[in-house]
Amino acid sequence: MIESRETILTASLLYLDGVSVSFDGYKALRGLSLILAPGEMRAIIGPNGAGKTTMMDVITGKTRPDEGDVYFEGAHDLTQLDETEIAELGIGRKFQKPTVFENHTVADNLWLATKAPRGVYATLFGGSGRRERETIERIFGIVRLGDERARLAGSLSHGQKQWLEIGMLLAQDPKLLLVDEPVAGMTDAETATTAELLKEIARDHSVVVVEHDMAFVRELGVKVTVLHEGSTLAEGTLDQVSADERVIEVYLGR
Amino acid sequence: MENQITRLDWLGRAFVGLCVVVAVAVPVLALLPDKNSAFFVPPYVVALLGKYICFAILAVALDLVWGYCGILSLGHGAFFALGGYAMGMYLMRQIGARGVYANPILPDFMVFLNWKELPVAWWGFNHFAYAGVMILFVPGVLAFAFGWFAFRSRVTGVYLSIITQALTYALKLAFFRNDFGFGGNNGLTDFKDIFGANVQSDATRAALFSASILALAGAYVLSKAIVSSKYGKTLIAIRDSESRVRFLGYRVENFKLFVFVVSAMMAGIAGALYVPQVGIINPSEFDPGNSIEAVIWVAVGGRGTLVGAALGALIVNYSKTFLTGGGLMWIGALLDPVLNYLPGSIGRIIRLFVDTLTGPEGWTAALGLLFILVTLFLPKGILGLFLDTARHNAPAKAAAPAPAPAEEAHS
Repeated sequence: MIESRETILTASLLYLDGVSVSFDGYKALRGLSLILAPGEMRAIIGPNGAGKTTMMDVITGKTRPDEGDVYFEGAHDLTQLDETEIAELGIGRKFQKPTVFENHTVADNLWLATKAPRGVYATLFGGSGRRERETIERIFGIVRLGDERARLAGSLSHGQKQWLEIGMLLAQDPKLLLVDEPVAGMTDAETATTAELLKEIARDHSVVVVEHDMAFVRELGVKVTVLHEGSTLAEGTLDQVSADERVIEVYLGR
Repeated sequence: MENQITRLDWLGRAFVGLCVVVAVAVPVLALLPDKNSAFFVPPYVVALLGKYICFAILAVALDLVWGYCGILSLGHGAFFALGGYAMGMYLMRQIGARGVYANPILPDFMVFLNWKELPVAWWGFNHFAYAGVMILFVPGVLAFAFGWFAFRSRVTGVYLSIITQALTYALKLAFFRNDFGFGGNNGLTDFKDIFGANVQSDATRAALFSASILALAGAYVLSKAIVSSKYGKTLIAIRDSESRVRFLGYRVENFKLFVFVVSAMMAGIAGALYVPQVGIINPSEFDPGNSIEAVIWVAVGGRGTLVGAALGALIVNYSKTFLTGGGLMWIGALLDPVLNYLPGSIGRIIRLFVDTLTGPEGWTAALGLLFILVTLFLPKGILGLFLDTARHNAPAKAAAPAPAPAEEAHS
């Protein structure tokens, strides 16, 4: 028996169905569907222009889809919310290019990200609470940046900036983390550390990782979704999708 | 980083301390010594300094939005002028029956325009308490309304700058009109009393000067408190990467709106203190050129430093007084011996060029040149250069006794 749409929707953490986006006639997404279960870690792969970043933009409220449904926890219609509201629901995003606050120290970067009241009044008059400081210490332990805490984030290496941004995501304590190309431009050693880091994070968070690097995806060892020209081409383990005729065609050219 | 904060605090304390000392010293030296004494500060200097200080408050207000939140307002002069008009309206009502037409209620220009009643907008301005509220309220409400739409629609960068410029220009045109009800082209002038004291007396001038410089210190302390809080760190984050801040779950438009309104009110206070010291407020204060000049003060002094903004306002305005007063006109004469040897009229042309540049008309060119030079060679302004130099010297001293590990333990 086929499960009803409602059952799938309520059981999912993230639910995308028939999402289409076009920019000036160029169709970035064509009827994309994707379902993520709570606690799941998913890798999204696909050639350039497959719509990976646009998908992230739709989920985080940066881009409104022309059609299709986007639901979070089966209840929140993300197409009706803006970036701030979506972040408040518990979706955090790491950008493709490392985006940290370069003129703030590493510790202040984490402080700004830490889950706490985000209003004008609260930030003007509230100091940093003990819980916030503990969170920051815990994250220093996870992302291994404790020795750099007083440095300006702008002076960190590329890899360190990526980790700091992942640390900021963790400080936000989201239910779902969207991570866009975390190992682009990293050395092999840094890539291995990042894979370890993400696996650690995936233990108590749901994660969507967009990545080009196949070795890295293999290291993660999770279910893979292949995007192509704005829709899902294949889904399964990396070995399964690698054996798929259409995937080989897309990746190796026709 | 920690060191830098300590130094800025030291800088802040020095700045506030200096303000307080000057707030006491200038009135004392203006009122007590004999007029021929070397320590005597003549009234025209007090008035001039008071004017500079008001510009410094405007610069601090502008630095708060531009330096810390990246909102390049090219219309901050509008908030300054609105605060000035509110004060001017109070001063006009204080003239009472001593005007040319001796009307106890209506200011002269209204009698001249044959108006029979005081317009609603002028009601209550005979009480300073009301005028004082309006000095904050009018710029604040305008900034709120403007910011509400602009920040919500995510208008940023050069587009925002252009709209702020349009805002001040539109206000200039409105205030030029006689039927707008604020004195038209001539504006408000011929003030007599402020708080019952003669607005032109030496003692009143000295008191206004003190009030201005204490207001500058207050504006600085308030701004410093704002930018040092977590809110202030969020502002800097918005300046550097606005969308990242949104994805962290902050309501960027509210953060911008708050600082914009605070800054506008600060500019309003600056304008209110300015008007009794210069004795006039007219629509030319809304000129976009004034707002752009204010941006140059901040850039010259050092954007994002607050103290630098105030410093920049003082330096640039002193230079303006000096140069438009022909302070460098002697250069042309100095060149004559050389120029006379040049063939034909080349020497005369060069002399004319130098005279124009050093004369009163040369100021705009000098200001433009200053802005270009600062942008190219001093991107952090004068204070930024000073702080950088201090930072380069400081680690050399600190590193000698304590190597790296000790420093880490400290952080």
